[in-house]
Amino acid sequence: MPGEEFTARVMKKDSGSVVAMWGTVDKNAKDALETAYQEASAGKGEIMLDFSEVDYINSTGIAVIVGILAMARAQGQKVGAMGLSDHYREVFNITRLSDFMHIYEEAPTWS
Amino acid sequence: MSQSRRSRRSEKLEESQVREPSPRTRLIDSVEIPQGDPLESVLLSAGGPVEVSSIEAESETILTLREAGVELVVPLIGQGELLGALYLGSRLSDQPYSGDDRRLLGSLASQVAPAMKVAQLVREQQAEAKERERIEQELRVAALIQQTLLPKELPAIRGWSVDAFYRPARAVGGDFYDFIELADGRLGVIIGDVTDKGVPAALVMATCRSMLRGAAQGNDSPAAVLAEVNDNLVPEIPPAMFVTCLYAIVDTAAGNVVFANAGHNLPYVRSSDGVVELRATGMPLGLMAGMDYEEKTYRLDHGDVMVLTSDGITEAHNPDGEMYGFARLMGQVANKSKGDDVVASLVGDLEKWSGPGSEQEDDITLVVVRRTASAERSASAFDVDSEVKRLVSFRLPSIEGNERLAIDTVVEAVAPLGLSPIRLERLKTAVGETVMNAIEHGNHNDPALDVGVEVSTTGSALTVRVTDQGGDSEIPDAETPDIEAKLAGEQTPRGWGLFLVAQMVDEVRRSADNGTHVVELVMNREGEI
Repeated sequence: MPGEEFTARVMKKDSGSVVAMWGTVDKNAKDALETAYQEASAGKGEIMLDFSEVDYINSTGIAVIVGILAMARAQGQKVGAMGLSDHYREVFNITRLSDFMHIYEEAPTWS
Repeated sequence: MSQSRRSRRSEKLEESQVREPSPRTRLIDSVEIPQGDPLESVLLSAGGPVEVSSIEAESETILTLREAGVELVVPLIGQGELLGALYLGSRLSDQPYSGDDRRLLGSLASQVAPAMKVAQLVREQQAEAKERERIEQELRVAALIQQTLLPKELPAIRGWSVDAFYRPARAVGGDFYDFIELADGRLGVIIGDVTDKGVPAALVMATCRSMLRGAAQGNDSPAAVLAEVNDNLVPEIPPAMFVTCLYAIVDTAAGNVVFANAGHNLPYVRSSDGVVELRATGMPLGLMAGMDYEEKTYRLDHGDVMVLTSDGITEAHNPDGEMYGFARLMGQVANKSKGDDVVASLVGDLEKWSGPGSEQEDDITLVVVRRTASAERSASAFDVDSEVKRLVSFRLPSIEGNERLAIDTVVEAVAPLGLSPIRLERLKTAVGETVMNAIEHGNHNDPALDVGVEVSTTGSALTVRVTDQGGDSEIPDAETPDIEAKLAGEQTPRGWGLFLVAQMVDEVRRSADNGTHVVELVMNREGEI
């Protein structure tokens, strides 16, 4: 049974942009997340991926996030993550994603 | 001018395309040409525009066209099939249609016809795809209902070992089994089969299961329980559906089994004297109210094994079209080559019979109740840790996204173990990734191939066994992905699955045998209980 369909929405702020995500982050999230990233990277400052409403991330979703980080690196764009559950924080540590994006325990004040 | 299509999904001509008709012509809605109407053969043989006044044949349709003042019918023919026709009234100038007019109309028709044919095919294909998706969805729902209602845990009774095996067919039949704890250490054992498949069968199974559970409490007589459920089920069940069911009450202290049978496969008992059938007569449930059921008693001695089966086993065919049959089943119950593991022995033999890669025709259900030998009993009292308890066993078609269904079913099955939230989450990720690999890399997303999942536990470890039919290719070792290379775009961003699984559980065992991949995820339970 497939999970909830993925959606992403960009909220631009003065100090950065928040990409709020809903549903399942897997390979089917690729296009929507990349589009959201492109939109956010046109703004100023850090891009914050907000996982608060994400119910499931699998290895193909990790690959999508790695793809986003690769784009960000090429553009010199800083990317952070917030709203991760304990489990997915562990997954981000194990996969070393957390070495390449700042994992915020709490939402930074600008967001 | 008006247009007609022979398809049932006929559309009205858009008004904007219609000029004001001449006074002698009435604007008509689409006129269907019924199959076999004489007009059909007239148009097919003419191959071009036909004057209505020249048609000699008579029919309702031809009359309708005449009354509407249609002068010319231009057939739209594609691949020898009449796809539609253009109906034209008299010209605004009241002049007859000229040769040029006819040629123009004929050439228009020859260009429109192929486009109509393509549109028809596309529409048919879209309808077929939608129907296939609907069926897949229905199968998923039926499987979910069935797996939710089957016991998540096998009864653990000192001096007895109870085992169950359930493998749904792709079309999900209506097999079910259940265990009911009764007063005085007695155990109710149910096996049943709803005729029909899919969601209707799953719903009847759910109803029947609740009725049986309700009737079984406080009732010592299996015959009375079946009679009551039958009377309650008759008004509820759709016509032409019924349920075969065997209900046995096992007195776990004395070893007596009291049973009644509503038309289900007979159970077998393997004792030191050989294999016997336990016969009791009775009509299937839901056919007719007011039925009586025969009730019998059999005593199981230490070491005796009672085997309950569904007809998915006896009616399985081999590649030559022969049925597995009762004689072979009885022979396998007698076969002690796998010791007391009747499930392994029977399922193994059945798979050999059906042949590799064959699609399972019907659900397969097995319930095995064994009264352990007295010597084993005292031994097991000192060795509770090594007793393997199967929590759940199920199969899923290889469809993308079904790993979520596997995760949900495993989570429900391990609920009684009380894993800590973080370990439960790790297990979910490991199961999801492993089942996803089995679907995608093992079975290549072929919905005809199943992924098997079995969850079992001992006192010290929890094991999730995932199988696919991926051939003899080795599953690669889990390597640590090089995230720097991935971020630099030197490697594909993918390739995290096996690595992640290895980090989530205490041990991953992999093997490939006889075309089957087996991955076992082991999680130690120390500190959990």
